[in-house]
Amino acid sequence: MRMTNVPHAAVPIDKDTPLLSVRNLAKSFGKNPVLRDISLEVAEGEFLTILGESGSGKTTLLRILAGFESPTSGELWMGGERLDLLPPYRRRINTVFQNYALFPHLTVAENVAYGLRIAKLPQPEIQSRVQAALAMAKMSAHALAKPSRISGGQQQRVALARALVNRPRLLLLDEPLSALDANLRRQMQIELKSLQREVGITFIFVTHDQEEAMVMSDRIALLRSGELEQIAPPREIYTRPTTSYAAQFIGRTNLLRGEVRGGIALCGAIRFPAPLPDGPALFSLRPENIRLGTPAQFTARLLDRVFHGSSELLRVECSDGQVLTVSTALREEYAGDLQFKFSPADAVPVRETTAAPPANSRQEHA
Amino acid sequence: MFSRAYKFAISAPPLLWISVFLLVPYLLMFGYSFWAVSSSQAIVHTWNLQNYRDLLIHDVYRQTLLRSMWIAARVMVFSLLLGYPLAYFLSFYAGAKKELYYQLVIIPLWVSYLVRAYAWKTILGTDGVLNTLLQYVHLTRHPLDFLLYSPFAVVLTLTHIYTPFTFLPIYAALEHIPRNLVEASHDLGATPAQTFWRVIFPLSIPGVLAGATFAFVLSLGDFLAPLLLGGPSGIMISNIVVSLFGAAYNWPLGAAISFCMLLLVLSLLMFSEHLEKRWSHS
Amino acid sequence: MNANLRRPRALSLHAILVFAFLYFPIAILILYSFNGAGVGGFPPRNLTFNWYRILLSDGPLWDSVLNSLLVAAASMGIALALGIPAALALDRADFPGKAVFRHLVLLPLILPGIITGLSLLMLFRETGVKLSLLTIILGHGTALISVATTEVFAGLQKLERAQEEASLDLGANYWQTFWRITLPNLKLPIIGAALLIFTLSMDEIAVSFFLIGRDNTLPLEIWGRMRRGITPEINAISTIIFLFSLLAIVLWYRLRTQAVGTPEIGAEWIQTAER
Repeated sequence: MRMTNVPHAAVPIDKDTPLLSVRNLAKSFGKNPVLRDISLEVAEGEFLTILGESGSGKTTLLRILAGFESPTSGELWMGGERLDLLPPYRRRINTVFQNYALFPHLTVAENVAYGLRIAKLPQPEIQSRVQAALAMAKMSAHALAKPSRISGGQQQRVALARALVNRPRLLLLDEPLSALDANLRRQMQIELKSLQREVGITFIFVTHDQEEAMVMSDRIALLRSGELEQIAPPREIYTRPTTSYAAQFIGRTNLLRGEVRGGIALCGAIRFPAPLPDGPALFSLRPENIRLGTPAQFTARLLDRVFHGSSELLRVECSDGQVLTVSTALREEYAGDLQFKFSPADAVPVRETTAAPPANSRQEHA
Repeated sequence: MFSRAYKFAISAPPLLWISVFLLVPYLLMFGYSFWAVSSSQAIVHTWNLQNYRDLLIHDVYRQTLLRSMWIAARVMVFSLLLGYPLAYFLSFYAGAKKELYYQLVIIPLWVSYLVRAYAWKTILGTDGVLNTLLQYVHLTRHPLDFLLYSPFAVVLTLTHIYTPFTFLPIYAALEHIPRNLVEASHDLGATPAQTFWRVIFPLSIPGVLAGATFAFVLSLGDFLAPLLLGGPSGIMISNIVVSLFGAAYNWPLGAAISFCMLLLVLSLLMFSEHLEKRWSHS
Repeated sequence: MNANLRRPRALSLHAILVFAFLYFPIAILILYSFNGAGVGGFPPRNLTFNWYRILLSDGPLWDSVLNSLLVAAASMGIALALGIPAALALDRADFPGKAVFRHLVLLPLILPGIITGLSLLMLFRETGVKLSLLTIILGHGTALISVATTEVFAGLQKLERAQEEASLDLGANYWQTFWRITLPNLKLPIIGAALLIFTLSMDEIAVSFFLIGRDNTLPLEIWGRMRRGITPEINAISTIIFLFSLLAIVLWYRLRTQAVGTPEIGAEWIQTAER
């Protein structure tokens, strides 16, 4: 999706004041709290992903930003303006809906023109902008088709064009790729990201797919049962998760439970230096940071192995009964007790948090 | 997956019954319309177009048909004016009470036609509830006599009867509109009013067409409300048919009128179906 | 929805007015069934149960009630016996003239009763059938096949075809499958349809008007009395009819919401007609 025809949003980029601030936002449906005390800021031109499992409140958060729900408490500010008091049609925010929500009685071109017509733009401008947006979405050939006549991928592109043609200051995307098949989804992830760079519009993207979040985002905001678990760039959230939930939700990990005494972490049979005050502690150690070799931090025997293409996942049992997952290069045979080492810096101390029920089957750690 | 015998077993009995008790009678009605009545009041099976000629020549038939259509058109418009906003309210704003309200609309729908027409008669009569109430509160001194035995009474009663009929398909059409379309429209800057006219109303057109057709067609053929409440100025086309089959004893002429009504109704139904198809598939 | 999109005042007011319009005549009707001073006349005076007492000892009226019950029960049998196969046929059989058949079955729902009534009257005259309760039963039965068909058709749309396939797969023949799987699955729509047909037949007047023999049905008996003059006795019997209709409808609604989801009667007529 090349975007050369659509001009950038006419908003000066200012890195100091955020485009959007969410302040102490909370939302309950009846007595059921869905979002609790969410505060975050989104910079101009940023690609932020709101990641969470179903029921984490991510869609509710998006709907509050769009204006379809009002917060129970807290405030939204955008560009020095109080946002949460405005109805959705007064916000310079557009949304790409999960099932696209294309108007079935309007053609593709009429769908794209909808917002511009509502804004009563002069007809020639509407025409040229619609044409440009359709070209961007590679949908010019289908301009006169009804939405029911085009494929899911095409509908997705029309939905995107319909939102972007209005040059919003903020674009919200509600799991827009979830209806596409795996190949198309991967392709669209990359296209969306480069599109976002080109138009310079701030994107807030909601998904439950951590891989998708990693591929596309400048930052990921991880939600857990209505609370903001961690907000950080993908690399940081992966390498320095602050909570056990974050560590487990994003990628695979091993959680080592134990205590710190005199700068040494004691987790069962595994010991390593940890510059922490004395007391109980929990560490996240990624499978790929554990290597076969000496000097060994622990020895273990092989339980089973799962082939993963370029690598292999081993499930191993330490002498104290702890089961860990190790990612290694392919190898034919393993025999006897294996020796493993890791760099103590890769054992990241995390706060213990768990998903509130109903937790789904996301926990992949060994 | 179903065998031929199974398909035959499920289709043959209704097909046969419907042919004998619906198709044949309609054809018979068509046949009758070409026959005549002899001076000794026997029906003569000679084929001629005299009945249709009579319909064209005598103004009374055309005028009564036009009056019936005018009454039916008013009923249709009033039913839509009452039914559409109600359906819109129920579908979009009733919240948790939706089910209850819905039941409240369909209860009158199935409550005896006769009971409701009768109720209006007791309300609108010279000594009826409305007139005595107006005099009781000294708004009028004498009973208003235009209330009963007038086209007004017929239109009012039929509107009362067919508003729920009109409501139903409109409500169903509104309920089928995905709610995220409304959100999408707001998201793209349209106010609730703009959203209504550009998204909701166009998508509810099939329901409006169906509801309007129900109200118009059923009112057009009504003869009980005019008999009960219409008076001489409220006579409708079906009343003429009733008298031709009764006291006037001219079944062939009555059949000719009925057959014309049937054709009119069928073409209206086809027209509305055609409009609806064109609307949703264009 | 959003709190910024409040419910428009005008719409609520309109809804209240329409409900008032729909229920005002019914309320008046019930009120005056207790009015000692006759129908009409404001304010109502001398509230009494007298009219109900007179009603109880009204022989001809109760005869007509019995006739109507008989007609309704028999029409229900006919309409179900033909409407269920008709719905099945519309759902799963193909035969020449199916489109015409579909429209023909449903036509009596939208056709003014006078056309159905008169065309049957001519049929009975030409075939020399004397008018009686039987002719009314045939008329109601035929006209109400449409109701049975739409209700059952709606139920069929919810029935998973795989259930019947599983039954055939497990060795049941079509007949056994119909009785053991298809029909039990359609139980709620069928009971609903039966209730509806019964109520509609009890209330029907336009078709009966032309097919009546010597024995009156209840609506025709009332009609005759209304033409002679109105008394609160008619209000009393109307009130009772209303209460029974109310009961039947609420029951039917419950069944329907269980079986098929929120009823969408009007839409289903059209849907069945266009499938």
